[in-house]
Amino acid sequence: MRGLRLAFLPMALFLVGARDPVPPAPVLVPEVSQHEIRVEQGFTGADLLLYGAILPPEGAATADDYDIVVVVEGPARAVVVREKRKVAGIWINAASSSFRSAPGFFAVASSRPVPEIVDARTAAIYELGLAWLQLSPIGSIDPARQQRFAHGLVEHMQRMGLYHEDPGAVRISNRVLYQARIALPSSVPTGDYTAETFAIRKGRVVASAMTHITVGKQGFARFIAVAAQHAGLVYGLCAVALSVLMGWIAGRLFARV
Amino acid sequence: MDVYLPIANLAVNGLVIVGLGALTGLLSGMFGVGGGFLTTPLLIFYGVPPTVAAASAASQVTGASVSGALAHARRGGIDYQIGAVLIAGGVIGTGIGALLFRVLQALGQIDTTINVLYVVMLGSIGSLMGVESFGAIRARQTGRAQKARRRRHHPLVASLPLRWRFYRSGLYISPLAPLLLGIATGILTMLMGIGGGFILVPAMLYILGMSVTVVVGTSLFQILFVTMATTMMHALTTRAVDLVLASLLLVGSVLGAQIGALFAQKAKPDVLRLVLALIVLAVAVRMALGLGWRPDEIYTVVGL
Repeated sequence: MRGLRLAFLPMALFLVGARDPVPPAPVLVPEVSQHEIRVEQGFTGADLLLYGAILPPEGAATADDYDIVVVVEGPARAVVVREKRKVAGIWINAASSSFRSAPGFFAVASSRPVPEIVDARTAAIYELGLAWLQLSPIGSIDPARQQRFAHGLVEHMQRMGLYHEDPGAVRISNRVLYQARIALPSSVPTGDYTAETFAIRKGRVVASAMTHITVGKQGFARFIAVAAQHAGLVYGLCAVALSVLMGWIAGRLFARV
Repeated sequence: MDVYLPIANLAVNGLVIVGLGALTGLLSGMFGVGGGFLTTPLLIFYGVPPTVAAASAASQVTGASVSGALAHARRGGIDYQIGAVLIAGGVIGTGIGALLFRVLQALGQIDTTINVLYVVMLGSIGSLMGVESFGAIRARQTGRAQKARRRRHHPLVASLPLRWRFYRSGLYISPLAPLLLGIATGILTMLMGIGGGFILVPAMLYILGMSVTVVVGTSLFQILFVTMATTMMHALTTRAVDLVLASLLLVGSVLGAQIGALFAQKAKPDVLRLVLALIVLAVAVRMALGLGWRPDEIYTVVGL
């Protein structure tokens, strides 16, 4: 989806450029500190450093003032959002709604609060914030209900540290270099992530670039996860043997004392 | 000490988990219960997903009951005959529990069910035990001997058909009674991640009317095998057993259990029972309040 949108971006810019004389687009050169995040024993989360340069267009004597927005998005999955209500004195899950594509991780960092940089329409097109997340609801057609559950989902994910918005987290130095730090908690889902950088000037996205990041379990953590998933019988027997053995050893140790 | 739990998908402080294991192990050694009733809620409170908590706590209970069961076996404190019937029931129970788990999970009611079960079970057992042990302490202090309760099984047990002789327990009852009891504890073990000792022991004493000398040993024997079955069932169905989490819990609990057993030899049994009753009641009250209070999270998200 996002790729398709970007494919049209140069054309859109060209059309815009034809109508009124805006300076030619700058070139964004993004880089990310790690293209592969290894979730292994001792993993406590990662700090992703996204940095790069905004190269002013040829012929421009000085660099213009740009705003930078960085969006990091994790693998999408279908989810059920459940809502608790008080029934007969206790809080139980009373209603639910499904969404086809909720990203497992979503972080937006910007040089200024997004509403100050672009209007709501542009922000919605480029998904520049949690309020504009496209979740593709399943089933329900009532927009108020959809919105309530979408809001609930975002709130839950924010609480888990998996969704965040960080206005002011992008630092731009000398109008050319930018850098942003995005924290990934230890509970990040594994999969393919995208990091998109947008250069925005006068409310318009003038350049964008995307990089890919893979988050994957490695080594022992991967071994355990794969074994639990694909060799349940052996895995279960190992767990049983381990617990019996440890209980027995402790019993023997203390019997001698 | 940060440890990444590969199934729970979460980094935790390993020492906290070992400490948690030690605490529940201490209880299990002192009181002869598995301690699972504390492990599962505390793990959930710490942020471990409920299914992973219940699945991994079961293997901790296995570890904690091994040495206890061995000690009782050496003393001849296990009725293997009734134990085998209980285990057969327990294995059937874990199967039923696994089905229930899946249905409730699909309905989104698993967490509420687990909480309600905890409140009802812990609340009733805790109050019964509290009243009984308080009476025993009062009787000891006033020097008046308590009325000796005549050991006999519940009239409902007597009405069941097909009677077997269980020599060690001194019983002539239908094997259906221990089988049903085993099924009930098996279901609870699967759903709540507990060993079921604190339900099994009073049920053996007051419903089946078993001889006191074999109650604790037979209960440990049954718990040992049923928690093994539970671990296997979870490994094959929910795939939520976290070996790293289970190992950390085990290290703490097997050591804690041994230390608890040393304490237990010195303390007075009725005082121990009263303390256990108070702990059980505290957990029940906390969970009951949790059901009624407005939760922090109105919305929860699970994968489809």
